[in-house]
Amino acid sequence: MSDQSPIAVLPEIDALKRAVAGKSYWRRVGEQLLRDRLTLSVMLLLSVIIIMVLAAPLFATHDPTVGSVLKRLKSPGYPGHWLGTDEVGRDLWSRILYAGRYSLLCGVLPVLLALLIGGVLGLSAGYFGGTTNSIIMRSMDVLYAFPSILLAVAICGMLGSGIGNTILALTITFIPPLVRISETVTTQVRAFEFVEAARASGARPLSIMHFHILNNVLGPILVYATSLISISIILAAGLSFLGLGVTPPDTEWGLMLNNLRQAIWVNPLVAALPGAMIFITSMCFNLMSDGLRGAMDVRM
Amino acid sequence: MWFFLVRRVLYAIPILLGVSLVVFLMMKMVPGDAADIMIPPEAPKEVAEMIRARFGLDQPVHIQYVRWLQSMATGNFGTSIFTNQPVGSELFSALTNTFLIATPAVFVGFTCGVLLGTLAAFNSGTWLDKLFSSMAIAGVSLPHYWVGMVLVAIFAVVLNVLPGQGMGPEGFPGSWEQIKHLVLPVVTLSLIPMGVISRLVRANVLEILSMEFVTALAAKGLRRRNVLLHIMKNAAPSALALMGLQFGYLLGGSILVETVFNWPGSGSLLNLAIFRRDIPVLSATILVLATIFVAINILVDVLQTLIDPRIRR
Repeated sequence: MSDQSPIAVLPEIDALKRAVAGKSYWRRVGEQLLRDRLTLSVMLLLSVIIIMVLAAPLFATHDPTVGSVLKRLKSPGYPGHWLGTDEVGRDLWSRILYAGRYSLLCGVLPVLLALLIGGVLGLSAGYFGGTTNSIIMRSMDVLYAFPSILLAVAICGMLGSGIGNTILALTITFIPPLVRISETVTTQVRAFEFVEAARASGARPLSIMHFHILNNVLGPILVYATSLISISIILAAGLSFLGLGVTPPDTEWGLMLNNLRQAIWVNPLVAALPGAMIFITSMCFNLMSDGLRGAMDVRM
Repeated sequence: MWFFLVRRVLYAIPILLGVSLVVFLMMKMVPGDAADIMIPPEAPKEVAEMIRARFGLDQPVHIQYVRWLQSMATGNFGTSIFTNQPVGSELFSALTNTFLIATPAVFVGFTCGVLLGTLAAFNSGTWLDKLFSSMAIAGVSLPHYWVGMVLVAIFAVVLNVLPGQGMGPEGFPGSWEQIKHLVLPVVTLSLIPMGVISRLVRANVLEILSMEFVTALAAKGLRRRNVLLHIMKNAAPSALALMGLQFGYLLGGSILVETVFNWPGSGSLLNLAIFRRDIPVLSATILVLATIFVAINILVDVLQTLIDPRIRR
């Protein structure tokens, strides 16, 4: 689906510069972001999309489930339905809003879950090394042997469709890359002398991980996770597009695209609209990830 | 170096065993087994037991796994419970069809990606860089199945110049009619490799440009063209490796694009098997696709070791 090649990350641990500047790392990241107009506008657009979708009942003009046989596949600008209607005459704008709820849920939640599970696994693998590392990383190699779409489709295909299975399948798909990146950065940070010093002064593994490692690895891992959200949104909609994800009467951008596929011969513009939403949202997450990477000074 | 290569190839054995275990476990997680799908609920108990015994479904799980693995490893993929055809032949023709679109797609994607990435890096900061970089980021963010639909809408519905469905007449593509059917799927599939590769190439070339040897070469009085050659030589290995990986992703991940274009490849086979709950076809297809992906990864690693002496350990 996208680049999942191993990435070497060198986190910025420039304690001196920070001390001179007199500001914390996250404060500097915030200031960097405020100066980055592209990233700011992308984040603004994303917030608008998220708010509109969450508050769908407020912004929707029609009931998303009620259609009219007389008003099928109308183009944008049709009186009463400014974005047109779908294949059974339901208001496209309202449906896109309601569908966005599931698209965002299936796009964001799996990455968060995978971040939690993969982060813990990768941190332990990188910190403890040795056998722990081998067991965790070799089992991830097995999951890496599946192209991401194939793994997601296989799990959903075997378990059956539904939101729960989609989220489960995508979570499993995104665990290996997150484990790998957390392991790489943790191994790098572990080699620094302040970790050795903490250990020598008698700190326990958990507190070393918490105070010395987590802060230094969080940046790169978060940047990587945001870029995974864009892939996750495309994949989640893709699963629904195949009929493996969200099932009617609930709807989702990918599922709308699937339902409108045949309509492409009648009204190509209307059929293409839900896909544009997938594209815009995914693009926003990608651009935001790029902006965060720049602000956090993560080199990948 | 030979030690490294042999070790890399041998490492595929535990990985493939792990993969087979994952596929087998997924098979076992399916609500109900193959027999439940074949046997009508009103069938007598004895008949059901007989069918179970015939497929070895009455055995303990670990024996089932060993048996299944044995038949898969010897190339006996079983028969489809839906069509009663041997899975092997169906899978082979589907895979050929997928190769038919994935191979040109990865080459198109690679060429465009390297071109865009290099041009963007050399003109870094200018409008050209911004244009090419946004093209690359769009390539990564586009849901390619949607692009497929849009291309069908434009070229098959509105302009009516290219076919939007199927693969045309049977046989190896040579005729104009068959090539016309290839165009849209190939363009759609090539978008992701293009985006991914151009982003990597841009970053790599920028990094190499800032290295001291480039300054040294220029200071030595080498022509711009020859300096470019040096830079490309340094950027090539990682781009080639990514191209290999992308080829693997396209083969295993073409299911969405194949569905859009009704292309009778491995993805369509997978899709069909899922909806027919045809477990032998489903598990064999997943296993074979994953095996091919592992093989491509090894090939990429081996080639990279041969090209770039720095990787040898």
